[in-house]
Amino acid sequence: MPTDGNPPSDPPVTSPAATLTAVPPTPGVAKPDPILTVDHVARSFGGLQAVDVEHLEFQRGIITGLIGPNGAGKTTLFNLLTGFDRPDSGQWEFDGDELAHVRAHKVAEQGMVRTFQLTKALTRLSVIENMKLGARHQRGEGFFAALWPPSWHHYEREIEVRADDLLERFNLAHMRDEYAGTMSGGQRRLLEMARALMADPELLMLDEPMAGVNPALRQSLLGHITDLRDEGRSVIFIEHDMDVVMGISDWVVVLAEGSVIAEGPPAAILSNDDVIDAYLGAPTTERD
Amino acid sequence: MDLITVLLDGLRASVGPNAAIFALLAIGLNVHFGYTGLTNFGQVGFMMVGAYGTAIFVTTWGGSLWLGIPFGLLCAGVFAVLLGIPTLRLRADYFAITTIAAAEIIRFLIRSRAATDVTGGPFGLQGVSGSFRDINPYPESWEISFRNFNFSNQDLWLLTVAWVLVALCTFVVAMLVRAPFGRVLKSIREDEDAARSLGKNVFSYKMQSLVIGGVIGGLAGVVDVLNTGGAVPEGFRAETTFFAYTALILGGAATPIGPVVGAMLFWFMRVGIESFIRELSAQSWPPDWLTNFLDGQEGVIAVACMGLTLILLMVFRPQGIFGNREEVVLDAD
Amino acid sequence: MRRTLVTLGLIVLALGLMSAPASAQTDEPPRFEGALEDASGPVADVRIVVTEVIDEADATGDEPFAGETVSDADGLWVIEVPDRRGTYLVEIDIATLPAGVALDEEDTARESSISRPGQVRVINFALGGQDTGGTSTFDQVAQATVNGVKLGLIIAMCSIGLSLIYGTTGLINFAHGELVTFGAALAWWLNTQSLESGLILSAALAVLGGTLLGAGVEKGIMAPLRRRKLGSFQFVVVTIGMSLVGRQLFQLWIGEGNLTYRQYQIQTPWDVGPISITPRDLTIIVVSAIVLVGVATVLQLTRLGKGMRAVSDNADLAASSGIAVNRVILWVWMSGAGLAALGGVFFGLSEVVKFDMGFRLLLLMFAAVVLGGLGTAYGAMVGGLVIGLVTEISTVWVEPELKFLWALLVLILVLLIRPQGILGSKERVG
Repeated sequence: MPTDGNPPSDPPVTSPAATLTAVPPTPGVAKPDPILTVDHVARSFGGLQAVDVEHLEFQRGIITGLIGPNGAGKTTLFNLLTGFDRPDSGQWEFDGDELAHVRAHKVAEQGMVRTFQLTKALTRLSVIENMKLGARHQRGEGFFAALWPPSWHHYEREIEVRADDLLERFNLAHMRDEYAGTMSGGQRRLLEMARALMADPELLMLDEPMAGVNPALRQSLLGHITDLRDEGRSVIFIEHDMDVVMGISDWVVVLAEGSVIAEGPPAAILSNDDVIDAYLGAPTTERD
Repeated sequence: MDLITVLLDGLRASVGPNAAIFALLAIGLNVHFGYTGLTNFGQVGFMMVGAYGTAIFVTTWGGSLWLGIPFGLLCAGVFAVLLGIPTLRLRADYFAITTIAAAEIIRFLIRSRAATDVTGGPFGLQGVSGSFRDINPYPESWEISFRNFNFSNQDLWLLTVAWVLVALCTFVVAMLVRAPFGRVLKSIREDEDAARSLGKNVFSYKMQSLVIGGVIGGLAGVVDVLNTGGAVPEGFRAETTFFAYTALILGGAATPIGPVVGAMLFWFMRVGIESFIRELSAQSWPPDWLTNFLDGQEGVIAVACMGLTLILLMVFRPQGIFGNREEVVLDAD
Repeated sequence: MRRTLVTLGLIVLALGLMSAPASAQTDEPPRFEGALEDASGPVADVRIVVTEVIDEADATGDEPFAGETVSDADGLWVIEVPDRRGTYLVEIDIATLPAGVALDEEDTARESSISRPGQVRVINFALGGQDTGGTSTFDQVAQATVNGVKLGLIIAMCSIGLSLIYGTTGLINFAHGELVTFGAALAWWLNTQSLESGLILSAALAVLGGTLLGAGVEKGIMAPLRRRKLGSFQFVVVTIGMSLVGRQLFQLWIGEGNLTYRQYQIQTPWDVGPISITPRDLTIIVVSAIVLVGVATVLQLTRLGKGMRAVSDNADLAASSGIAVNRVILWVWMSGAGLAALGGVFFGLSEVVKFDMGFRLLLLMFAAVVLGGLGTAYGAMVGGLVIGLVTEISTVWVEPELKFLWALLVLILVLLIRPQGILGSKERVG
């Protein structure tokens, strides 16, 4: 299990994407070291088939971009995989553990932490409290331990140090004691990512981390995402901006109408006819 | 016009048993609503279950009061669990409606003819607090008697116990919310999906919050039984919950001391207004139609004023006395 | 236009409050009354005895009351008791029952209590012929169904506003019950205290008054608070405060006793097969049904109705497609409050007028709108009917005093199965 500052495995000798050079860009293809494997996951709303994924593997230690036109089922897939929604059918494994029917908080406890398309800063908690909430296994979160401060004080100090380090790294240290509700949209994105890192996840699932972020912060957010990979974590992120996706992804998965229509390295995706038909060729609809 | 009398009436009420009972109700609500964001509108239900649990144990079953009190609190806790299982996953508005309905269901059941053998039906149960009065350590000479500000030694004994319980609950809740436990509760209040995404078992924490606040509400019922000596169904109407909210908001939700000060202020105002109107109608200068109008209606007018206070507070000072304006502003978006 | 409405609303309210508090009503002594009937009609000349039970625990020193009477040609009997709290035993002397008539239950005595001045306790003993052994379950269900339809239509009428206000503004109006009471109280006041106008005219004026009150509340309180961007919980608490204030004002206005209108009180029921229904109740059912059909027609066919449904569905979308949202909300408040006032008149007519009658109905209205799905008018109608039927039909098997319990249990059961309500849709995460 990775701990902050101590990457779990030795730094990769070659670039992480290199592990996938031998993998053909066909939908549902097997990967050498998958962290997340999805099988037959389906979810429909009313008559609409929102997600219907036959087989999909996410490689460990890389950044996977998840793209697709509006309504392709990207967020729904995230919700299903992280336990925020129940599929009609299907199984998936995270790091060898069966995750179907596991509730959202258990999914997070196992090291698969997500963020949301609409940021969920805890507005009436200070930034540092937001951060400390992210830590796992804080004994003082139990009812009886809470009544006996010596049982959790030292741990609280430890996570506070970690939280301050992360705030420093994400350029939020000056906001430390402000209410999270006073932050700008971009700062909230940073906070949400930093808070997720407090949980020390092996796999981070980011739902449109760039939405509503001004160009100045954009670059630093991108830097943080690539840093995560370089620490040895796995990242899956949903994004609309093709430049961003192609720029930092090691692998790209394309969803359309709930199904995987293509996957492969960014370059292969850009030249894939199916993708151009289903996504890039479609009239662009701006998001709100 | 004797304003001293009005003031002393108000002060007497602000430290009296009802203020302590409302402080406990409001402390419980503070755990539910102030810290966890649970819009519990059935707090009086917990009070009722605590009161009747104790009263049934003592009067109906002939048990000891000292076992009856923990039994009443246990009942309140069990009620919280039973209520929470189906309702805690509901949206805030549905939760509010369901909790108010649950409290009314309990009241209908308690006062029904079918339950008369156990609960005394509409007449309630009496003769519960004898053993509490028997162990009163204060001699009869210990009494406060300053004009209309007066308490007998029995009153003082009850007040001592009641306010010690208030202090104890305030302390325990303050400990809980300053600990990481409280941080999780507050995160659920802000956004339960965010808490869930960080690995917090939201249902379990909501349940714990409901039980903690519910048992404190049950304790309010126990103190009520010790105060009045029994329990009648009419004493547990939905208004009580609304008044407890008024007290909580008056003092400031999500602050440790807010519910206590709010409850004292609530009773100071309510009884002070009643006393003021009585004094006013005893004067010679107001016209007859006014004194006729006010005659015997001081209680009604005082309650109307408290309702008006609640409205004005919500509009102009939703953070109450001790609350943080910034928090309320942030809540609006 | 706006100012006029507010002023009119306030005048109506003020007129009501300035009138002499109805002290005359509470001066009447409390009483027990009842009607003795068997399958073939009223039973006269039956002796009823009322005795006060003095509880040793709180003996007040008053002499215990004892009184008796016999039922008149209509089977009616009344015994007035002293104006104090008390517990009484009401007993029927079965020796005085005519031949062929017997008590359907074992107990010849009922315990009941008086806790308010002017309180009226209705005690009915079920009588049946010895040969028939009471009415069949089928007949009872048929009768209860009629009562249930009546109650259901009243609940439905009162709930439409509650549901549409939630739909258009996201507010659960805890003061909606007071709009019901307002209609009943204003009609009673016009009918018995001031104009002494007939009930039909009084009811019409009460509906008008309710409509103006609704406009006043929206224009004078709700719209300004929406502009202040009050949080949704704050809004709910404001309506709770309004409900508290409203109930106290009604108590100052009409007193705390049970009141009745001047007309249509005692009527001979018509018998149709197993069902017996008074012309009054039939009128309530027919008029309510017509009103509800009218509401549905307006919602379905007129521009205003479509606007209401559009705003309920998605206020932002409706605003961006050119619907004047605030105007629609004003109409929702006016029509909702008017319907609630009419429902209040009917509820007061079928039972009694009382300062907290609307508040007691509020939970049933909540049950109705949750059942039908918060925010839709049709949901409120269907939900109201279901709740009314459940409430009344339960009395065939279970004690009537528990009848409201079932409605609340239905409410909780519905939320257990579908936390978002029957017609509501699930929120999306993320």
